[in-house]
Amino acid sequence: MRLKSLLVAIALSTTLPAFADSTLLNVSYDVMRDFYKDYNPAFAKYWKAKSGEDITLQMSHGGSSKQARSVIDGLQADVVTMNQHNDIDAIADKAKLLPADWAKRLPNDAAPFTSLQVLIVRKGNPKGIKDWNDLTKPGVGVIVPNPKTSGNGRYTYLAAWGYAAKLPGGNDAKAREFVASVFKNIPVLDAGGRAATTTFMQRQIGDVLVTFENEAEMIAKEFGRGNFEVVYPSVSIEAEPPVAIIDKVVDKKGTRKQAEEYLKYLWSPAGQEIAAQNYLRPRDKAIAAKYAKQFPAIKLFAIEEFGGWQKTQKTHFDDGAIYDQIAASIAKR
Amino acid sequence: MRFKQPSVLPGFNLSLGYTLFYLSIIVLLPLSALLIKTSALSWEHFWQIISEPRVVASYKLTFGASLLAALVNLFTGLLVAWVLVRYQFYGKRFIDAMVDLPFALPTAVAGIALATIYAPNGWIGQYLEPLGFKIAFTPIGIVIALTFVTLPFVVRTVQPVLQDLEHELEEAACSLGATRWQIFYKVIFPTILPALLTGFALAFARAIGEYGSVIFIAGNMPFVSEITPLMIISKLEQYDYLGATAIAVVMLVVSFALLLLINGLQWWAAKRLGRRK
Repeated sequence: MRLKSLLVAIALSTTLPAFADSTLLNVSYDVMRDFYKDYNPAFAKYWKAKSGEDITLQMSHGGSSKQARSVIDGLQADVVTMNQHNDIDAIADKAKLLPADWAKRLPNDAAPFTSLQVLIVRKGNPKGIKDWNDLTKPGVGVIVPNPKTSGNGRYTYLAAWGYAAKLPGGNDAKAREFVASVFKNIPVLDAGGRAATTTFMQRQIGDVLVTFENEAEMIAKEFGRGNFEVVYPSVSIEAEPPVAIIDKVVDKKGTRKQAEEYLKYLWSPAGQEIAAQNYLRPRDKAIAAKYAKQFPAIKLFAIEEFGGWQKTQKTHFDDGAIYDQIAASIAKR
Repeated sequence: MRFKQPSVLPGFNLSLGYTLFYLSIIVLLPLSALLIKTSALSWEHFWQIISEPRVVASYKLTFGASLLAALVNLFTGLLVAWVLVRYQFYGKRFIDAMVDLPFALPTAVAGIALATIYAPNGWIGQYLEPLGFKIAFTPIGIVIALTFVTLPFVVRTVQPVLQDLEHELEEAACSLGATRWQIFYKVIFPTILPALLTGFALAFARAIGEYGSVIFIAGNMPFVSEITPLMIISKLEQYDYLGATAIAVVMLVVSFALLLLINGLQWWAAKRLGRRK
């Protein structure tokens, strides 16, 4: 009899959450770890005050594309927060878990904050690196993650491309030549952004690391501010990490209301402030002004200039596309 | 009427049925899923994916480095097994246990540790770098990682055979006037050869599939230090499931062919030495 009641209790406890589920799973990428560590408690407090409901926020981190693949393969994510459009597009396209126009459902193309690619050099900048063209000089070791496997690497590639194309007399052919001479200087090609940081900071390989502005702040926390310098190039690419609700999952779990609020709160002054504190450039003008000192003004261009992510992926990063051709030409030299 | 020896396991049909069922679920089903998925590709497309120059470069590297690592372990593994069986020394059990460490350690940990040691600012790397030897982030690093990971295979297959070797054989050879080299070459070596080949085959097969340890030390430069498993991952990162399975099928077929070949060699060696049962 006792065993029976125990079994009933177990059965009940496993089915219960289905009724009053206020657990959200946010499937995110590596670099967002620090931001959501600050954001989640703030949102839980806000939600408790607003609705009286306790909410549990779970995180899953990893490479952006890898995370998207887990969601496609069935990871029950209520919301996804990725580092580029492509990854959420893939979830919409391959698994049909959310509509194709997901980016239109939130302001700013669903990207609550932005970042950009900066150059990180060794203390004292011994090689005198000031701008993208310094990366092509012989003897300068450039650390960039693989554009095939990393959004970070793709942004770097596009930033260098955009720089060369925008120079006086610049065009696509020259840009391609320029990118090839930057990538020729890469001694190690890591799979993701964090691995590239390890290669540069821990193994002390290379003279310059190209990565996101907010990753530079992580490096400062981890390795000490005195060990490197951040160089802002004359022009860079704006990175817009988008967020979205996974409709099929929230409808099944009955968490749509919470999930929507969770994402909208990113645009609230409180959410924007947390972003700024984590060195992500806020969309909110007032908060951007407040933190203006830590975000130097710099000329930026957006992915739209390349025709959006889908087109960019096809012309530059698909198998046999321009990046592959560049890699092949480098190997033959 | 022939006398039939009763087997320990009851019911041949039952045992065989169970064996096949188990094998199907654990091994054959996942592998056939791979083949079925790939069959969505046309031949031309399949060929185009698997013959891409970058992928071909990765085959050469993967199979070449694996072969090299297995060969290195063929010698060092035999040596380690020999020392562990034939000599008594302080701390022997400790070393014996250490041999299995590469098995137990997560391969990624091994990779990171090796990269740290052999990086240009690492414990060993800092002395080799000025001499012009680059190990980490080159194909040499890959061979070292594979050698590390596959060492236990040769040691653990050869060790029991060496242990069971009858001393009388060597004594007889000695009394007939054989030199020590002759004893090794003509008496011991043929006995352990099948085990050595098995160890070699296992090490080789394991090295081909290795990902975790290599990825951190390889440098992963296109055409230079990209292993085939990385090409598969890289296809997956682009949501190209078909392309990934196509390359996986190639690895599967080549690995199976190689293992078959080595098994054939083993069979031949055993038969030639008249020990085949």
